[in-house]
Amino acid sequence: MTTYALDATALGMRYRRGWGLRDCEFQLPTGRISALIGPNGAGKSTLMRLATGLLRPTTGSIRVLGEEPGRHGTHRKLAFLAQDKPLYRGFTVAEMLRAGAVLNPSWDDEYAWRLVREADVPPQAKVGTLSGGQRTRVALAIALGRRPEVVLLDEPLADLDPLAREDVMRTLMAEVADSGMTVVLSSHVIADLDGVCDHLLLLAGGRVRLQGDVEDLLAQHRVLIGSRELVMPDGVVEARTTERQATVIARTGPVPGWEADEPSLEELAMAYLRSARAVAA
Amino acid sequence: MIEFRIDRRSGVATYQQLVDQTKHALRLGLLRPGDQLPTAKQVVAATAINPNTVLKAYRELEREGLVEGKRGMGTFVSASLAQPDAGELREQLTDWVRRARADGLDREYVEALFKAELDAHY
Repeated sequence: MTTYALDATALGMRYRRGWGLRDCEFQLPTGRISALIGPNGAGKSTLMRLATGLLRPTTGSIRVLGEEPGRHGTHRKLAFLAQDKPLYRGFTVAEMLRAGAVLNPSWDDEYAWRLVREADVPPQAKVGTLSGGQRTRVALAIALGRRPEVVLLDEPLADLDPLAREDVMRTLMAEVADSGMTVVLSSHVIADLDGVCDHLLLLAGGRVRLQGDVEDLLAQHRVLIGSRELVMPDGVVEARTTERQATVIARTGPVPGWEADEPSLEELAMAYLRSARAVAA
Repeated sequence: MIEFRIDRRSGVATYQQLVDQTKHALRLGLLRPGDQLPTAKQVVAATAINPNTVLKAYRELEREGLVEGKRGMGTFVSASLAQPDAGELREQLTDWVRRARADGLDREYVEALFKAELDAHY
């Protein structure tokens, strides 16, 4: 039996205001870099918190490397970097790393320090005085210092300038090349993840709308352009029409009469997000 | 050593860009048999792409018999794509293009002619 990095069955999370996630089924194979895409409030952070065990599901289950997060807390081989990158602002970088060492049984001190040195962050600097990019690099060093097999990063690039984004992604990808760890990156900026992710999990309104290998998904869909008189193909995700022309994104192969192209990741994701919104409205 | 350049807006799959750039360097003789390709870690540390993509591109080049992966050592060029010397042909082409221009053929027409001949013979 295959062990997945993440494996959700009928996963649901109900808050007082309503369902944050509902009936989610998905599998993330190990060794992949997965994009967790969805608008704000789609359930991305809820999903990550369920995987860490910080939240308990209302229905169903989520397994991390085959195990449900239980009373022992977060899976030993899972690391999670929350969106607000929780670091103690009054601590120095060196003190933050010492805290990481004390709190994590599988801590690799040499490795964490190497990541901090490569980021050119002064060890005696107070965390509160660091730039956004430096703070992210320190938080990443602490997350990776656990030597995780699965790392969940919630909007790691939000509030970083383009150079810092590039630095963070280069560091992360180099570490993935060494360790082969599974990565889940959430973002609402799809362009940030194009070319980086080989797996996609698209959430909208608390449900999984699309999942799978990025290349397979792109190959299974077509952007079709043709006369609006033409018969619509099967598997339409989204169709837009003007007086004469129709532009359709569909899960289909080539269709006679239509001009067909493979969509880009952004086109595909946007079509699914718009169609989910249209259904909700 | 070859340095890859990734154009995220080109619409060409990232692994295909790596394959194409390697072949281009082979054709121009910038890469020769025995040369080492950068490791996946070196490529992603420079370009921030997915390491699986680099491995996929190298597998493709290996399938085409152009490179060879050596366990624990890296990936090495094993074949050449360098072309035979085209000096004389190029001189003839230069003469031909000069005449076409002198005869008043416009650039688009010459390009179309050239492309039609390429399509007919390649």
